[in-house]
Amino acid sequence: MNRVGQQVYQHTLPNGLVLLAERMDHVRSAAINFLVPAGSAFDPPGKFGVASVLAEMITRGAGDRSSRELTLALDNLGVDRDESVGAINMRFWGSTLARNVPAALNIYADIVLRPHLPEAELEPVQELALQDIKALEDAPQSKVMVELRRRYYPSPLNKDRRGTEADIKALTIGAVKAQYKRFVRPNGAILSVAGNIEWEPLKTQVERLFGDWKPGKPTEATPRRHKPTSAHIHKDTQQTQIALAFPSVPVTDPDYYNARAAVAVLSGGMSSRLFTEVREKRSLCYSVYAFHETFKTQGSMMAYAGTRAQFAQRTLDVMMREFHRLKAGIDADEINRVKAGLKSSLIMQEESTGARAGAIATDWYYLGRVRPFEEIQSVIDGLKPAAILGYVERYPVRDITLVTLGPAPLTITDGARVTAAVEAADKRAEEEAARAAAPAAAPAKPKPVKRVSKRK
Amino acid sequence: MPFHAHKLPNGLQLIGETSPSMKSVAVGFFVRTGSRDETPAESGVSHFLEHMMFKGTPRRSADAVNLDFDRIGASYNAYTSEENTVYYAALLPEYLPKGIEILADILRPSLRQGDFDGEKKVILEEIDMYEDQPGSVAWDRARRIYYDTHPLGNSVLGTKESVGALTREQMQAYFTRRYAANNIVVSVAGNFDWNEFVALISAACSGWNTDKVGRKNRTEWTNASGLHLLTRAKVQQEYVMFMCGGPPAHSKMRYAADTLALAVGDDSGSRLYWALVDPGHADSADCSYVENDGTGAVYVSITCEPGNTAGNIARATDVLRAVQKGGITEAELQQAKSKILSRVVRGSERPMGRMQAIASAWSYTGEYRDVDTELANFEAVTLKAVRAYLDAYPIDQNTVVAFGPLAKLKGARAQSDSKAEPKAKARSTSKPKAKPKEKVKAKRR
Repeated sequence: MNRVGQQVYQHTLPNGLVLLAERMDHVRSAAINFLVPAGSAFDPPGKFGVASVLAEMITRGAGDRSSRELTLALDNLGVDRDESVGAINMRFWGSTLARNVPAALNIYADIVLRPHLPEAELEPVQELALQDIKALEDAPQSKVMVELRRRYYPSPLNKDRRGTEADIKALTIGAVKAQYKRFVRPNGAILSVAGNIEWEPLKTQVERLFGDWKPGKPTEATPRRHKPTSAHIHKDTQQTQIALAFPSVPVTDPDYYNARAAVAVLSGGMSSRLFTEVREKRSLCYSVYAFHETFKTQGSMMAYAGTRAQFAQRTLDVMMREFHRLKAGIDADEINRVKAGLKSSLIMQEESTGARAGAIATDWYYLGRVRPFEEIQSVIDGLKPAAILGYVERYPVRDITLVTLGPAPLTITDGARVTAAVEAADKRAEEEAARAAAPAAAPAKPKPVKRVSKRK
Repeated sequence: MPFHAHKLPNGLQLIGETSPSMKSVAVGFFVRTGSRDETPAESGVSHFLEHMMFKGTPRRSADAVNLDFDRIGASYNAYTSEENTVYYAALLPEYLPKGIEILADILRPSLRQGDFDGEKKVILEEIDMYEDQPGSVAWDRARRIYYDTHPLGNSVLGTKESVGALTREQMQAYFTRRYAANNIVVSVAGNFDWNEFVALISAACSGWNTDKVGRKNRTEWTNASGLHLLTRAKVQQEYVMFMCGGPPAHSKMRYAADTLALAVGDDSGSRLYWALVDPGHADSADCSYVENDGTGAVYVSITCEPGNTAGNIARATDVLRAVQKGGITEAELQQAKSKILSRVVRGSERPMGRMQAIASAWSYTGEYRDVDTELANFEAVTLKAVRAYLDAYPIDQNTVVAFGPLAKLKGARAQSDSKAEPKAKARSTSKPKAKPKEKVKAKRR
């Protein structure tokens, strides 16, 4: 047993299961976050979507309880829960009053170790999985990100949890059980609990519940060689959805925080560059943002915007101009704002059991340790424009994968020409605005829709 | 937890709950105004104005608003519903004075013509964004049908036409009318000092105008108008909504209504879950009670394969009829209470949760309810109270709207989706509140 930092505890069971806990005395609740390395990356060929089906099946009866009894038991404990599948991990999530955590863990042990996986439940679960695939078509903002990740990431990291219609339809109960047997195992699994809990009783209980869980063969989601591809997906929508990605560093890299800071300069608060340049100055869209995304093996810069088709190319050009313009410099006030934002969210995270249960598990998964608060604080304090620019030099904007969804395709304007393109478009917009304003000076009733901002 | 209240001479109401053990503080300005307070010619102005609040004041440019908030690491935003427009920030305690100074300043905006024209385009993008999300469109249409002439059916976003035609002068007039000090509650919760807070707000807001405020149409509304079908071919799933009346926000029956809605349609272990979702008939089936100023509503919402629509409407109808006739069991009541207890406690652990909860209770009832009082109110719900609620607000007397690719549905009145526009009449009676996830429009993302 180790005591990591002030209120964080860690223990590894002989079978490999990692238990993490953070005690938070000022709250009455606790959150449970259970990561099992059985994500969609491990879906075998011909069975894409099996992890998602398993995650839905696994709570439909376990231990001594039927599906209904199990749900009732968790409901009576006030557990709000969610079972989901990411690329690497299957995640069991539950949140309730701290005093109910021991009883809830007993049930989670049944779910993970003794699920019934009854054949009769397969068909309804397949129905739900198929509807999940269809629902994506009604959610263009999600759809474009799924399509981007599918093309940008190497196999097997690029698999969408929803799987494919044909594979879901063809699934057998045998395949679901095989997936469970092969991938739901203690080595590589992380169970984290944050809230008003006592460490010693928690540890004793988890050893008792999970001590006999047999380890399985380890698995790694090893990325294959891959060349990302861009694409346009035609859809008759009001807006064009724009999603792009290019390589950055993973969380294990010394440059990680510089990358995070760079993306915060672009898309931290509302004074950040993308929001200011695309929305505030040019009114091109409602939603535009960038973020950093990481796996153990690779990190990426990603960006999104949704805008009406006639503004889509201009929107993309402005976004790309801002990515390229990072290397021209970052001023002290920008970095101070980034630091203020990161510091606030770090401190406010301490008020949320859910956020802490997630953060300690994520740290352990990527780094094999939980970063103390003071360490993160000092990294934030130490952020410097020069170091961030160093990162931008080492990982410049290149090899962009662009996926668009909407009426018409767009093109990436290259770095040498993008500033000129933006300036020319700005000039055209100004002239258009001047033309619109000139005749019939100040009409009583403004034209619907077509006004262009005169403010620059 | 110590509660405080204070009213400034101009009518601005201040309320606060101090929790010294929290690490941050949340502050919010709750303006009692929304789409239900708009005339047809102003449709969408509440939400558009909410955006304009971030576009600057005599002392600040639009850029300066964003810069100043970001310099203090504030987590800030705003949202508009049918009856509330809320501006809020979560802050580290040392930045509360600055946060209040910025919020108070932006609530007296310049509404400059150039900013107005630019932001109008952002709103039009936002309307198009929601137009591409069938679930959102379905709710807007369904609520209009259910509320008919009642202003609670007014769309928060408005239409491209109504927003396109809005003028700066209309917005200015609406602002003056609705943003008077006596129509606003300032709520604060978390780690802060009450006396300092009162001094800060007094200094920043004492000059705000007082006006004749209030709201027409606060009577209760219900409308069982049968089944409606709105067809939109390019949508993949069918979106089905059941709507009926419920107790108003100030009614003690709200606790029974909330508890029953959970038993009927929570996302796990509820009647609708077992009847529709567990067997795979529907992707989702939820029931929620929505409280509003003067009235309330209970919504059931289902998403499913278009081919399963008729079957799911029949299943949901059976569930609602059975509950109306026989109520729920003691076990279901206890199950729902366990969930509520857990959710109320967890929701209260962050300043933002408390700040919103006390503001909501105060706006609707003029009373303060601490966490334990709220829990006791739920704990006191009995099967008898549930029966009394159902007798007063039957949940099987609905308006049902199906929206999606389905071209025909037995027993339904078909309408073309394109402009299932309101018979945009003037206001008449009461109104509901926003469906939390579906209807509240946030400023960002």
